[in-house]
Amino acid sequence: MSSDALRGDPESAVRLGDVQPGFRGIIVAVRRPLGAAPGATDPEELELRLLEFGFVEGAQVEVLHEGPIGGDPIAVRVDDMRVALRRSEAMNVILAEASA
Amino acid sequence: MNLSTIPTVALVGNPNCGKTALFNALTGSRQKVANYAGVTVEKKEGLAELPDGRRLRIVDLPGTYSLRARSPDEVVTRDAVLGRLPGEPAPDVILCVADATNLGLVLRLALELKTTGRPVVFVLNMIDIAERQGIEIDVDALSRALGAPVTATVATRRRGLDSLLEIAAAQAAGASAPGPDLWHEPLATDVRNAHRAARDLMRTAVRPPSRPDTLTGRLDGVLLHPVAGVLILLGLLFLMFQAVFAWAAPLQDLIEAGFAALGTAATAGLPPGWMHGLVVDGLIAGVGSVLVFLPQILVLFVFILLLEDSGYMARAAFLMDRIMGGAGLHGRAFIPLLSSFACAVPGIMSTRVIDNRRDRLTTILTAPLMTCSARIPVYTLIIGALIPDRMVGGVLSLQGLVMFGLYAAGILSALAVAFVIRKVLWRGGSEPFMMQLPDYKVPDPVNLLRNLGQKAWAFISRAGRIILPLMVLVWALSIWPSAPEGAEGPAIAYSAAGRIGHWLEPIFAPIGFSWEMVVALIPGMAAREVAVAALGAIYAVGGAQGDLAGILSRQWPLASGLAFLAWYVFAPQCVATLAVVRRETGGWVWPGIMFAYMLALAYLAALIVYRVAIAFGLS
Repeated sequence: MSSDALRGDPESAVRLGDVQPGFRGIIVAVRRPLGAAPGATDPEELELRLLEFGFVEGAQVEVLHEGPIGGDPIAVRVDDMRVALRRSEAMNVILAEASA
Repeated sequence: MNLSTIPTVALVGNPNCGKTALFNALTGSRQKVANYAGVTVEKKEGLAELPDGRRLRIVDLPGTYSLRARSPDEVVTRDAVLGRLPGEPAPDVILCVADATNLGLVLRLALELKTTGRPVVFVLNMIDIAERQGIEIDVDALSRALGAPVTATVATRRRGLDSLLEIAAAQAAGASAPGPDLWHEPLATDVRNAHRAARDLMRTAVRPPSRPDTLTGRLDGVLLHPVAGVLILLGLLFLMFQAVFAWAAPLQDLIEAGFAALGTAATAGLPPGWMHGLVVDGLIAGVGSVLVFLPQILVLFVFILLLEDSGYMARAAFLMDRIMGGAGLHGRAFIPLLSSFACAVPGIMSTRVIDNRRDRLTTILTAPLMTCSARIPVYTLIIGALIPDRMVGGVLSLQGLVMFGLYAAGILSALAVAFVIRKVLWRGGSEPFMMQLPDYKVPDPVNLLRNLGQKAWAFISRAGRIILPLMVLVWALSIWPSAPEGAEGPAIAYSAAGRIGHWLEPIFAPIGFSWEMVVALIPGMAAREVAVAALGAIYAVGGAQGDLAGILSRQWPLASGLAFLAWYVFAPQCVATLAVVRRETGGWVWPGIMFAYMLALAYLAALIVYRVAIAFGLS
């Protein structure tokens, strides 16, 4: 839950919104977006929504596909289910890359 | 029979878990579909009978991931589970229905349901698919760890239903007494803890698949491919349009011929007079004008149900999200807008899949701009009458180009209106696009037919209740009062509709509409294509000779005809659409806004087209 997961371990921690199809990792943190742009989804609502769709610390994630325009949205396998979400929302999911 | 003595069993589960198939299997044909009071969420309930004659009242609740409700559907699920719905007791038993191949999220929901204190039964549906994938579920261990009975079913093959009903009846009879209701709106910490508990449950009782499903992954490799996937989607859309407009045509002709024959029979059987007019021109023509759209709507629903049941619909929303998002629409708005090409009424009804109220309203407000099939008779009549039948550049038909332009104008103005709504009416606040991509599966034909029947009936009864009385009203307005003895000109000119047309004429003069055109717009309120019949009536009664297109080509200036087409791109005057919007938004505010903006755009578009055409000397 620490919002500075990226600062803590810049070598292996990445944001789900930044990675390409084929990436596999484990969720180390689901953040509440900080200083959200005016009008964006309520930060707490977004965090809850991510959690309800199974984006929770410890879950295994694999990026499967990306949308036809600008690589957005992305299709992701989270443990045993497939979920589609936009990259902007996926920025709040912090991953550690799984060792190949 | 007193329903209140029969125990109530509520079905709760994630979307796509086969809950509705289970509901259908349990209740068979003993079910009824209604609406919950005050909201437009469908209430499905039915009776299930045990072999020994005991009965259970089964209620199918909208799918959800959590009781923390966001959409109107999910609010109903939460309130029903907690017994907060007026006149609806809390369920005696909650059946938490799970897709046995996909347990992670539903176990968390089961734990949340347990906090309500109601007895919960955990149902492993689609257990056959889980077995095929080699998923091993230790039912006893799961039941112990969950603290609730667990049973397995295959709803589509009617497997495990008797033992499910037996367990549910035992629970309802007090096998485990209801506890206190400890449910509260979960916080992020609660969701994390519940996930941890659900993961422990998985570790205790479920062994992951030894032969995981690879079909979905392989299909997605093609269907979500940035190039191939988009081409396949476009191909499917083309096929769907082809089907809606070409395949439905013979059936529509049959229905039209049937109603024409009925009208002739009634004419022979009834004495001439107002009674004859009411039955033939009011009732029979009115019912016919509604039912003639039924084939198209059925074909459309077959496609939509097939795409939904197979799991493809979520993929279509995935592929379209960015394109729609550019105009401020949600990826899920794709289906309602697509349906609106047949008719905006089912399109607006299907916006219920959009959680967020603002996104839903944006979609509702733009849906009527999609060129519905009721506009086609108007377009074909006027294009045929006024646009010369010649080729452009040797290959393209000018008439076809105008038709295409009218469709494109509808789509582009819908995107523009959505964009403006997003920027002006509510800035920002975009809904997250988060959606499960369910495993692909072959749709079950029995469920498909049942759903088709229910959707078709919803359309007929709703449209019928609105359009039929209006048709009668419009008919009355156009024959009453009758023309005085020895009057000149068509009788309709003396009727209430004719008077309104004459009275409105100065307002429509700047856009080049004659009083005949204005009068035709009034019966067009009931259904847009009725304007064609009305023009027929005006000119036939007016004593002009020849077919309607010929009359129009002689009497209408080209500029006026083009302005009439531009008006019909927006055509605000569809009462059925406005009435459905009122139902779906719960008031007259949004239908009012819709009517006002469409009226303004229609007038503006017709004015611009008329003035430009005059400037180019097309009068």
